[in-house]
Order: sequence, then C-alpha cells, then structure tokens
Amino acid sequence: MPRRIEQIWHHSRGVILPAAAVILLGLLWEASVHIFSIPVYLLPAPSVIWVDFISKADLVYGHTTATVNTILGGFLLSIAISFPLAVMIASSAVVANTIYPLLVLTQSIPKVALAPILVVALGAGEMPRVIVTFLVAFFPLVTSLATGLLAVPKDLIELSRSYRGTWWQEMWLIRLPWSVPFLFNGLKLAITFAVVGATVGEFVAADKGLGYQIMAATSFFNTSVAFGALVILSLLGIVLFQAVAIIERVLFPWSSPQE
Amino acid sequence: MASRTLIEINKITKVFRSLDGADVLALEDVSLDVGLSEFVSIVGPSGCGKSTLLRLVAGLTGPTEGRILIDGDEVTEPRRDIGMVFQAPTLLPWANILKNVLFPLKVLHRLTADSENRARELLKLVGLGEFEKKMPSELSGGMQQRAAICRALIPEPKILLMDEPFGALDALTREEMSLELQRIWTERPTTIIFVTHSVPEAVLLSDKVCVMSSRPGHVKEVIEIPLARPRSYSLETEQEFQNISQRIRKHIFENQTSARRIGAA
Ligand SMILES: Nc1ncnc2c1ncn2[C@@H]1O[C@H](COP(=O)(O)OP(=O)(O)O)[C@@H](O)[C@H]1O
Ligand SMILES: [Mg+2]
Repeated sequence: MPRRIEQIWHHSRGVILPAAAVILLGLLWEASVHIFSIPVYLLPAPSVIWVDFISKADLVYGHTTATVNTILGGFLLSIAISFPLAVMIASSAVVANTIYPLLVLTQSIPKVALAPILVVALGAGEMPRVIVTFLVAFFPLVTSLATGLLAVPKDLIELSRSYRGTWWQEMWLIRLPWSVPFLFNGLKLAITFAVVGATVGEFVAADKGLGYQIMAATSFFNTSVAFGALVILSLLGIVLFQAVAIIERVLFPWSSPQE
Repeated sequence: MASRTLIEINKITKVFRSLDGADVLALEDVSLDVGLSEFVSIVGPSGCGKSTLLRLVAGLTGPTEGRILIDGDEVTEPRRDIGMVFQAPTLLPWANILKNVLFPLKVLHRLTADSENRARELLKLVGLGEFEKKMPSELSGGMQQRAAICRALIPEPKILLMDEPFGALDALTREEMSLELQRIWTERPTTIIFVTHSVPEAVLLSDKVCVMSSRPGHVKEVIEIPLARPRSYSLETEQEFQNISQRIRKHIFENQTSARRIGAA
C-alpha cells in the first residue's frame, strides 16, 4: 500500500534522514582514512575508534558517570540559583538594573581561566567543576525565566489585583505558570551549556571524566580514545536535551510547541 | 429605571504623568451615576479614557481629582465585589475551562465543596456545559469570552465592569453574545458598566448610554433608553431605536469633526 508507506515515511523521516546522513559520513570517513593512508594518531578510522573504545569499556563507564554527575550538579545548582534571581529581577526594576550588569560580567569571564583559580580557592574536589558548569549554564536560564515572568499579559495581572491577590498569589498562580514555556526554553539551553561547562572544568581540574580522558589520551597521542570520548559527550548532550524536552511534554503538555 | 445609586463617579480628573514631561489628561471632570442593577454603556472614540474610567471604578488606579463612591464608600483600592471582563478573554492557558472559571474563588480563598457545581451551572447558562474539561486553546474566541464572563460572575460580584468584551469577535458572534448577555443580566440582575464601540449594541443592552468625547475625555451626554425589554436586534428598524442611535452618533461625529479642526489648525 503506497499510502501506508507514505505515512511511515512522513512520521519517521525526521529520524531516517539524519541517521542516513551520519552513516554516509562515517563510511566516507572510513574510506578516506584507508584510501589516503592517514596515520591513526591524526585521524583514526571509525572502526578503529570503536575497537579501541570497546576494549576500555569499564574505564569509559567510570569517566562517563563522573561527567554526568558534574553536568547534573551544575545544572541543578543553576536551577536553584536562577529561580530566586529571576523572581527578583522580575519583581523590581531597581533590582533588575543592579543584578543584570553583574550577571553579564559573570558571562564575560573566560571559564577556562577561572577553573584553576577556583581549584586554588575551593580545593581539588568536585566543587570547582560544578561551579564552572554552573557559571556556563545558568545565564540563559535566568534570562529566559525573567523574560517569561515579565511577559504575562497586563489583563491577567489586573485580574489578580482586582481580587486583591497577594504578591505570592500573583507569582505562584499566574507569573510562574505563565513562564513554563520560557523556563523550558532556558532549561534546554542550560543543559546543553552544562555539557560544555563540565568538559571545560574537567580539562583543568580533574582526574576523571570524559574531559579529563580527552586531555589524558591526546597527551599520549591516543587519538582514537579521545574521539570516542568526544562521541560520548555529543551523545550525552543529545540525550540530556531530549530528556528535558520529554519532561516538558509529559508534565506540561500545554506548554510544548503545537504540531 | 429609578433605583438607588450604587456607583457615584464624582468630578473625576485623571492625569497620566509621563517621563518626557508631556502629561496626558485622560479624563476631565467626569461624573456619572450608576443605579443598583442598572446596565450602563459607555461609548466614545478610541483613547477617550473609557478603559481608564473602568480601572478607576475597579480601584486599580487612583484619580488625580474627584472621587468615586460605591455604596457610599470611597474607592481607594480594588474591591472584592467587582468582576472584570476584558476585550481579550485572557484565560489561563494551562488550566481547563472549569479551573479557569474557578480562578477568582481560588484567589479569594473561597473555594468550597459546592464551587464546582456553581461553575458548571454558569457554564451551562452560557452554553458551555460540555466544555468544562477543554483547554482554552481548544475553544473559539467567542466560547473563550463566554468562559471569561462565567469567571467574572462566579464570585457573585455586585458590579460587573466589561471593557469592550465583544470587541475581538466577528459581527454575528457579537450579536449573539450581546443577546446572551442581556438574558444573563435579566436572569441574574447585576450592576454593569459596559464599554463598547458599537452604537446598536449599546442601545440594545443599556438602561442608559454615556457618550464620551476625547482629549480630554469627558461626558457629552447620558441618554436614557426607554425601550421595553427583552430587546432584539429587530428593533433596529424602529423609529425610536434609530432616533436614539442618531443622537449618539451625532455626539461622536461632532467630536471627530472638532478633533479634525484642531488637527488642521
Ligand atoms: N498607564 C498609562 N500611562 C500613560 N497614559 C495612559 C495610560 N493608560 C492610558 N493612558 C492614556 O490615556 C488615554 C485614555 O486611554 P484609555 O483609557 O485606554 O482609552 P480608551 O479605553 O477609551 O481607548 C490615552 O490617551 C492613553 O494613551
Ligand atoms: Mg480601552
């Protein structure tokens, strides 16, 4: 039935097309490495990366969990700090004018340069990495959430005020729910940035994690292991982003974009 | 309708201060009495201060001069016995229709075991009985506005302030909704101040129509509508209806020519 096939194609082309592109690219990569005899320390073939990486599966698992912990730690810290900041920004123009320049300042600091200083200040534990992750991730969350809190239609606010709704009621019953689509927009950016932040943190201050593994492997020209870690980091980014999107769709179906 | 006065708008002047120093005189020396259970419409050109007047009655903003009394008490802050309906339905997009209707009771801490039944009754009254579980986005604009009217009615307000509530609807839905409002008001008499752009709508619904002119907004004339109720749009062809409409239009028209003259000068 051509109609049935058309339907299947319509629903799955979003997966099939990118998957086909990735496979094609992989084959091209594999072929080029063999045809042009590229040395393995410069650009290992996908098959070599796979074999090398699988042989270190245990190690990879440990590094991956360490990175995931850092990402989630920084992400949760971002949420915990962004909420009160956004509420404060949305509540008063004076506070907003005071806080915003400081927030922008935190964004202009190069995080790679900050990490070693944080190690000196906070010791060599998990803390410096989580802080770096937080610093990279929280900004889009604060700005999205504050934008959402301020985007509530004036009529809704007046509706609440006309019943003498309190500040808390206005925040809890109107402003925060109204901001949910904005919040998730910020969360998706934050989780993506958190992957970057965690990797940066591990470059500078770590003895485990995928970022550390890339640094360690490249210093021994173990390029295939570095590539493997890179692939896992990318997959982590995609999986965590999709997890946030799924949470939004399940908990707030009215919020996610209509199809 | 010779009822006792409920709302007394007394020589109200409202100036909006703006940062560039050019103050806006939105209302000047506006007075209007609204009786208990009376239906009063306000018509006037855009920008003549109709919304501002409603917000003053609601206590959402204060007058620069003059005062507003409700039941003899001066309005200085929002009162819990006033319901508002705006031009856009402004329902909460995350709550179904029933929850939206219940929203004022939640803010007022007046949710009881019986609240849901009362909300359902109101929804039935406006023909939304089967839609209580629907989300706002699943309803047409007219249906959303009906839900917004239920939301305003559920705390049983003494006063209903409606700011161009049918302004966003198409002409047919608009006629239907105004007849429905007349029916609701007949079944549950409430004091209503109703802002509209439509002269026939104002004549059809009101006990009296307050015609305003702009810049600064002030009352041109308050016209009593003696037509018998219930009224329908078939009245539009009758002489008395046309005379009243003409009189209202004349004020608005006068107003526009004088504005044009000022603009040309
Ligand atoms: N919050 C405000 N600040 C400054 N000017 C305002 C404000 N609200 C209304 N105005 C001005 O007051 C005048 C009357 O506005 P409004 O009451 O909205 O008129 P209408 O509802 O009749 O169209 C307009 O000139 C408008 O620009
Ligand atoms: Mg208006």
